[in-house]
Amino acid sequence: MRKFLASAEFLAGAAASAVLFSSAAARADQPREWEVTFQAPATDMMRQIERFGNYTMWFIVPITILVLVLLLVCIVRFRASANPVPSRTSHNTLIEVIWTVGPVIVLLLIAIPSFQLLTAQYTPPEEAKLTVKATGNQWNWDYEYQVDKTFSFNSALLQDADRAKAGKEDRALYPRLLAVDNELVVPVNTMTRVLITAADVIHSFAVPSFGIKMDAVPGRTNETWFKAEKEGLYYGQCSQLCGKDHAFMPIAVRVVSDAQFKTWLETAKTDVPAANKALMAEIYGTNKVAAAGN
Amino acid sequence: MAEAAAHDHGDHRPHGWVRWVYSTNHKDIGTLYLIFAIIAGVIGAALSVAIRMELQEPGIQIFSGLAQMVYGMQGDAAIDGGKSMYNAFGAAHGLIMIFFMVMPALIGGFANWMVPIMIGAPDMAFPRMNNISFWLLPPAFILLLSSMFVPSAPGAFGVGGGWTIYPPLSTSGQPGPAMDLAILAIHIAGASSILGAINFITTIFNMRAPGMTLHKMPLFAWAVLITAFLLLLSLPVLAGAITMLLTDRNFGTAFFVPDQGGDPILFQHLFWFFGHPEVYILILPGFGIVSHIVSTFSKKPVFGYLGMAYAMVAIGAVGFIVWAHHMYTTGLSLDTQRYFVFATMVIAVPTGVKIFSWIATMWGGSISFKPPMLWALGFIFLFTIGGVTGVQLANAGLDRSLHDTYFVIAHFHYVLSLGAVFAIFAGWYYWFPKMTGYMYSPVIANTHFWVTFVGVNLIFFPQHFLGLAGMPRRTVDYPDAFAGWNMVSSYGSYIAAVGVAIFLYGVFEAFQKKRVAGANPWGEGATTLEWQLPSPPPFHQWEQLPKIK
Repeated sequence: MRKFLASAEFLAGAAASAVLFSSAAARADQPREWEVTFQAPATDMMRQIERFGNYTMWFIVPITILVLVLLLVCIVRFRASANPVPSRTSHNTLIEVIWTVGPVIVLLLIAIPSFQLLTAQYTPPEEAKLTVKATGNQWNWDYEYQVDKTFSFNSALLQDADRAKAGKEDRALYPRLLAVDNELVVPVNTMTRVLITAADVIHSFAVPSFGIKMDAVPGRTNETWFKAEKEGLYYGQCSQLCGKDHAFMPIAVRVVSDAQFKTWLETAKTDVPAANKALMAEIYGTNKVAAAGN
Repeated sequence: MAEAAAHDHGDHRPHGWVRWVYSTNHKDIGTLYLIFAIIAGVIGAALSVAIRMELQEPGIQIFSGLAQMVYGMQGDAAIDGGKSMYNAFGAAHGLIMIFFMVMPALIGGFANWMVPIMIGAPDMAFPRMNNISFWLLPPAFILLLSSMFVPSAPGAFGVGGGWTIYPPLSTSGQPGPAMDLAILAIHIAGASSILGAINFITTIFNMRAPGMTLHKMPLFAWAVLITAFLLLLSLPVLAGAITMLLTDRNFGTAFFVPDQGGDPILFQHLFWFFGHPEVYILILPGFGIVSHIVSTFSKKPVFGYLGMAYAMVAIGAVGFIVWAHHMYTTGLSLDTQRYFVFATMVIAVPTGVKIFSWIATMWGGSISFKPPMLWALGFIFLFTIGGVTGVQLANAGLDRSLHDTYFVIAHFHYVLSLGAVFAIFAGWYYWFPKMTGYMYSPVIANTHFWVTFVGVNLIFFPQHFLGLAGMPRRTVDYPDAFAGWNMVSSYGSYIAAVGVAIFLYGVFEAFQKKRVAGANPWGEGATTLEWQLPSPPPFHQWEQLPKIK
């Protein structure tokens, strides 16, 4: 019942859509129940995207309400019973100029910050300190760390049967369809470059709370970057239809401290599962049920 | 026979199946198109309800069972087969609704019926070509439907690549014959549309009644003229692209095979060079219909007629140079993205002109809220919502987060499912009395409107939230956090399905009750030429050409 009231509330009118970007509730690094906004930003880029999204709402919600109000005024004032004799007006140059120039101005006001945002996405503020290559396969990801001794591992959906063995029984922390066997591990506050390609069909590497989404196309290498601000677990999903198990190839990024990353990296060069085990033990202590990822 | 002999020699009216199969009469062919669109629409809607049933709850609900029933799969094979079947349903839903429902209804149906009458022409310019345009569609549709029952990927049936059929998923990813059947289906449907487009362009340019200059032509005819040009210019590009797909699949070419020097992104450029004009092909005739209805029921001429006509020309022209806004995440260069952001935003200006001109047409009018007007009002408001989310998506920087999520699904269903489809129903209730001579029950028509209005908004508004929260499109299952809004959305689809049933009952009821509609049931506001003819119009109209002052 509560759920239905909530849904009714959001559908009540166009005004409610203002909530779309602005609600401060339910901030998280993975989707939450009845969420009506972006996931909480974990990078400055996502914060910029969210800010720009909020900004556009200041135009599109009033425009939608304006159209609705004008329609309602027409319906009430100019219904046949209230206004039996129609006017014959079919031209008014001034108003036609206004409703052509008005939208142009609105679009310019949207375009300027839009171009700034787009440019920022393609202008990393600093050199990347870590480069990881993500290769999409049907239906899992390969991550290759391009460090002094390049190594790679596969990251696939965590099967329910493997939860206990992996120490990932906490379904709030390791949600169904989002949790993986081996996360992409990166250090916090570090400019990370992701090179993205695919081995078979097109996939797409997306982490919503980082504000990144880049197609993984066979035969070409795309590039994106992020700089995660907080330690924790961040989830995304393949975002380009890639066949039968498209819904079952999540992306999980574990952001850890510099020291933890260094330790993990040294072990991972030779033994990824052992490195992950040690890392989880370090983060959560012996008690594996830890507070949520942030 | 005696009756036929009594007619004058100009009116050879065929009877029985010959009348329909051999038909060269634009009204009969229009009727065939409308019946075809209703059948295809019901099938396409059933596919979408199955999709919503699957997504009502997390986990795999119905598709493994469906795969068992339809394909006779068992156990794990049924689960895998079900996942693929879900993808096949998604692709078929899209292709059917676009090529076999909206286009046949608006262009083949209403335009065939009304454009010759509105411009004062006795028929289309090429009546026999009109016949083949229609009769290409049923085989195309059968090919597409049969593709759902033949193998694609190992252990899968049906085209599982979405309606966009991107390679390599549509080439090496699905070696079975399903994709070939679908490609042939699109080829044939495309050929049908190209022939139709040639027919409309020729008819409108050459067969207008004396005095009807282009600048006096009704806006629906304008809309169809522009749509026909879009079809003529965009469909050959699609045909080329899917031919390359076909030869990549079967004859060893490598247009889209990266390890042999091809490029999968090339297909996306070609596809969207067609695909973006295509969405305007779907909506422009609806713009024309809504203009007529708003004017008729406000008892006022259309406000800013020339602006309305040239806004459509502008939308059609700019529609050809914005295609890569569907591809912001493919790795386009920064400058390319900047250009496509800019070009895409430009389209909002003529679209705004249309919305405001409809409102201005109503302003000062004497409005009666008959069923067609209800649908037209619903169209204006819902299309506005879809339009403003389109302005958001145009921004590549913001689209980074929204691309390929349910936000996009919500956006394009607001402009198509709630835009184009509302326009189709508006046109149906506007012209049904003219086409059949019978008046439907306004109570049933109004119920149909309100049930559909509630249903489709419940389906699609929550999908904005799902998209913002990051739910990717085209997934058979989703993380549990998305369950709430998906449930609301699924309930909405059941309500909308009830709406379809009410629609069908309303049609049945109208034919059963046979209430005589009269030549012009809408009164003084209905000024276009079709309302000067009896309902239904004679088999051949305008034997004496009307004079336009």
